[in-house]
Amino acid sequence: MRIACPLCGERDSREFSYKGAALALGYPSEEAGFEAWDDYLHKRDNPAGPTRELWYHGSGCTAWLVVTRNTMTHEILSVELAEDAPESAQENTQGANA
Amino acid sequence: MIDLVAISPCEGLLPLTVGAVTLSEPEMAPLALVAPMKGKEASLAKAMQAAHGLEWPAAGETSKADGAELIWFGRAQALFVGAEPSAKLAAHAAVTDQSDAWTRVLLEGAGARDVLARLCPLDMRDTAFPVGATARSEVFHMQASITRLGDDSWHIMGFRSMAATLVHDLKRAMESVAARTQG
Amino acid sequence: MRIAGKGLINRAKPVSFQFDGTTYQGFEGDTLASALLANGVKLVARSFKYHRPRGVLTAGSEEPNALVTVGHGGSQDPNVRATTQEIYEGLDARSQNRWPSLAHDVMAVNDLAAPFLGAGFYYKTFMWPKAFWEKLYEPIIRCAAGLGAISGEPITDKFERAYAHCDVLVVGSGPAGLMAALTAGEAGADVILTEEDSLLGGRLLSENGQIDGMPARDWANATAIKLNAMSNVRVMARTTVTGAYDGGTYGALERVGHHCEMSDGLPKECFWRIVAKRTVLAAGAIERPVAFQNNDRPGIMMASAVRAYVNRWNVAPGKSVAVFGNNDSAHDTAADLLAAGVHVCALIDSRPDATTTLDVPFYAGAQVSGSEGRKELEAITISRASGIDKVQADCLAMSGGWNPTLHLACHMSGRPDWREDIAAFVPKPGMVPGLIAAGACNGAFSTAACLGEGAGAALAALEAIGLKAKMPKLPASEDRDYSISPLWAVAGKGRAWLDFQNDVTVKDVKQAAVENFRSVEHMKRYTTQGMATDQGKNSNVQALAVLADATGRGIPETGTTTYRPPFTPVAIAAMAAGAEDKGFAPERFTTSHRLTVKAGAPLIEAGLWYRPSFFPLKGETHWRQSCDREVGYVREAVGVADVSTLGKIDIKGRDAAAFLDFLYTNMFSSLKVGRVRYGLMLREDGHVMDDGTTARLADDHFVMTTTTAAAGQVMQHMELVSQGMKRGMDVRFTSVTEHWAQFAVAGPKARELLNGLLDAPIDGESWPFMACGDISIGGVKGRLFRISFSGEHAYEVALPARYGESLFATLRARAEALGGGVYGMEALNVLRIEKGFITHAEIHGRVTAFDVGMQGMMSKKKDFMGKGAASRPGLLEDDREQLVGFKPTGVVKQLTAGAHLYNDGAEPVRANDQGYLTSVAFSPTMGTFLGLGFLRGGRARHGETVKMVDHVRGIETTCEVCHPVFLDPNGERARD
Repeated sequence: MRIACPLCGERDSREFSYKGAALALGYPSEEAGFEAWDDYLHKRDNPAGPTRELWYHGSGCTAWLVVTRNTMTHEILSVELAEDAPESAQENTQGANA
Repeated sequence: MIDLVAISPCEGLLPLTVGAVTLSEPEMAPLALVAPMKGKEASLAKAMQAAHGLEWPAAGETSKADGAELIWFGRAQALFVGAEPSAKLAAHAAVTDQSDAWTRVLLEGAGARDVLARLCPLDMRDTAFPVGATARSEVFHMQASITRLGDDSWHIMGFRSMAATLVHDLKRAMESVAARTQG
Repeated sequence: MRIAGKGLINRAKPVSFQFDGTTYQGFEGDTLASALLANGVKLVARSFKYHRPRGVLTAGSEEPNALVTVGHGGSQDPNVRATTQEIYEGLDARSQNRWPSLAHDVMAVNDLAAPFLGAGFYYKTFMWPKAFWEKLYEPIIRCAAGLGAISGEPITDKFERAYAHCDVLVVGSGPAGLMAALTAGEAGADVILTEEDSLLGGRLLSENGQIDGMPARDWANATAIKLNAMSNVRVMARTTVTGAYDGGTYGALERVGHHCEMSDGLPKECFWRIVAKRTVLAAGAIERPVAFQNNDRPGIMMASAVRAYVNRWNVAPGKSVAVFGNNDSAHDTAADLLAAGVHVCALIDSRPDATTTLDVPFYAGAQVSGSEGRKELEAITISRASGIDKVQADCLAMSGGWNPTLHLACHMSGRPDWREDIAAFVPKPGMVPGLIAAGACNGAFSTAACLGEGAGAALAALEAIGLKAKMPKLPASEDRDYSISPLWAVAGKGRAWLDFQNDVTVKDVKQAAVENFRSVEHMKRYTTQGMATDQGKNSNVQALAVLADATGRGIPETGTTTYRPPFTPVAIAAMAAGAEDKGFAPERFTTSHRLTVKAGAPLIEAGLWYRPSFFPLKGETHWRQSCDREVGYVREAVGVADVSTLGKIDIKGRDAAAFLDFLYTNMFSSLKVGRVRYGLMLREDGHVMDDGTTARLADDHFVMTTTTAAAGQVMQHMELVSQGMKRGMDVRFTSVTEHWAQFAVAGPKARELLNGLLDAPIDGESWPFMACGDISIGGVKGRLFRISFSGEHAYEVALPARYGESLFATLRARAEALGGGVYGMEALNVLRIEKGFITHAEIHGRVTAFDVGMQGMMSKKKDFMGKGAASRPGLLEDDREQLVGFKPTGVVKQLTAGAHLYNDGAEPVRANDQGYLTSVAFSPTMGTFLGLGFLRGGRARHGETVKMVDHVRGIETTCEVCHPVFLDPNGERARD
């Protein structure tokens, strides 16, 4: 598998590590309440199709990336720097479908 | 007063030559990581140009001037090599001394690229990695910085504490390449 | 038998080799199979299950029968295909799966028991009693059935791994592959051309046709020379592309040292990871056998293999050869045999309308229905409408048609299309993104079609990567229609083999259908069809055709099993090359490493770091003696330890303090410049991630320390917070772990020691507890932190790493002069347990700040990472397991880490579990074992007695629950 890091270009997946769903970027406030925290920490979609994930280019430029990947085909639809990516998952899933 | 002795990361390990390829350790040089503060990228580039005559390198690039060079070193940072960085840079960037943090080695000679191809997943063809290009990647299991100095000349950096492993892994690959060219 | 002819062997260079202890002679260019056939050796192996005599079936890597063992000891390779093993002077090959010898194999008795050993035999027979499987049945089966074995000795060969990148990867060098590589190479693309064989040319090397007015093999050779001369084309012979992966990545195995005596340093194999923008798959096709009774006798071979042995290696595989087929390949074979002067005793074509102009006994509309002979073929039975003929033959060439070698195209779970006209599966475009199939692997079976498709595929690849090229003029070549009439299995009694390597017959597949294993995947697993090392390359399609017939479905509806990498077997040694011994993981050494080793200190691994356990002195016979002595240094005089392995992160920026406020549970914006504070860090989920001290060197400049184990994780976490969650903050940070050599100087005489070294002495007023700042030693600038992980008056002194060894030697000498010395991890551990300081033994990932008694450090004035999550229900309950201390009170005065805790009197079973011990040490200071651990509701239970049971080590005692700080609870010594 290869990921096109926006800074380094296309690189072998061994340079990256995976964290999980990109909704981790949308860190809730301390008052967000039990439901919000439960959603943030535990509840994950398991889509057969595009999914937004956080990858860390630890053996490269140390950028955190938001990778939109199709779980059916393994096709990578987009890669963006986490610092440029929207924090909310909803906005971006639509972006990936567009 | 105490007289402390300075020891380079590869002391006792290098230089070594296998076949046509030589691995050596350059003289210890000042190293400083320069990371522009938020929104100060442009002013840092200007200050760098004014103080050292160096272009701020884009991702994957290096720039050189008299006595110093800048190696792109990852997201929002470059490594300043070969001189003490001007104090004026600190107004625009986090400047951190890294002179003792890195093992630096030079891999040179015909087949040097083949040696690296045994350890590093980068595309190192001339089209993808011309002289002057740099990358952060891996040398076998280690994080590394790799810069192409010439057709057959590469500057490789790994963590100081991993000097022995860096030399071990490179030596093994050098032997492999040499055995094939002799055979 | 060697015959005259212009093959590709070098008759000027005879080569001696051994097979089963007998020395034979072949020529340079021979494979083991061709050389054995030249020497009249037909019996080369025993089959997997029934131990049937087997001979060479093919001339390629798909060979199911002729597997041998090559080499000895640490260099022994089992299951080497004799058809791909090139001979060299001194090659020593042995047959497998036979005892005492290949000719007289005791286990051949299995063949007589065959009626009881059919499909599903293991599952039905060895069910009961269950306990017998592992102890009795499996060892016996493993002994009786099998292939070659490894020696069990450590491997002595060298292997390597490497990466390569190209614009166009061409897999296979037959007419399609050569044309593709040539077209792409001439257009200026970076091309990698891989070929499994030692020579380029594919089938062209074994056929008699013409290309461009010259023998096809000469054209192949001329093209190979052209390609080798192009600087942008890399030709990789003896290299099999074994798998297709995501993103244009391909795995390829190069056999570097299998064709020669291993020389020093030469790798035996290299496993390549090739990244290609586009790939042309030109892998050719594999001829398929026909199933008929006893079609597995030595001497029965593929027709294409017979042509290869005759044309390429000038070997007649028999004196009287019969040829049987359902397509024109059979006729070519008969023609080539005749041209080579080999007697053809029969040409049998199953197509009723077939004709021939060859001067041979011709049987149209006939089928071979059986064979005779013991260890080699003696006669065949021919069935036709008019009756049955028996013909004496010592070799039968058979052809059931061709299966495109589409494996790579299916590696990303694509399913191929069935093409009725060629009775074969072909790849669908796009099954592997970026891969274009061309030539025989795409169902094009004439040379002209292969050349055309090769060039066409290259053009498509070039266009996709933005290179311009024109269709080249194709050389003139044979362009004949392929005509085939499917014939999978000849009707009749007896066993007709499908999978030669796993001994699967037509009957087995039918039996599977009868027992309702109708899905092709179920049939495969029930019969083991296609599950051997050849993965059914010769037999899967026929087997599923038989299944289709048996279940009344068509072949497309029946479908294929899943194709998976690797295409041919890949040794784990090749995939893991370089990762043995010191290549397994990087070794991280501190600057004091050389002196530590010199002092005879045993090393302990901490992550990738190597740290001293203790520094033994002469006369000490047990580690505890050394450890107790080293603890004494710190408690009574001064001890020195290398603590450089702790993570150090330099943090700068306007928002540095705010950033730390978010990372840590406690406040750092309130920390004064020149002071250090202990901090606790949580994960998003509110559990403890790490702890450590952070020093404020300036308003906008901090240095954080992390634990050795979590340094990488903390750095990654900080990057995520800074780039993701708090991206607006103006802060930059970088690891300076490697830049600084840092040593703990601890004990009542710590300041005295330092003042003998520092360029400017320090005192209690300028350097109180938790102070930090710049210092210099011998003119070298460094940093000093008055922090303590031992509870004593202590410092950590840091200098640039180049001075580390020198500083360590100086500190050691000064400490010894003051009645102290250096200490290792064991003493460090005792010292911190006496003080109740936690490490990752305690903050092991499942504990909260509340659990370790640090709920008071969770600031109420600000939000911080993990705060919201840490207040979730269940994380603050009084009955959670909480950190407490333990002292043994029973007869057994010992505690063990990992032991579990139970209420006194309760049965020590899981349901009664009250907690566990995480850290244990014998404290020489207090003369007793001390333990740290977690106990249900522990903070309210100080003074209680609980039972400790170590089920693993069999140790049981009682202990008193106490406060986790055993020594100097008010921290007076550190402030002294």
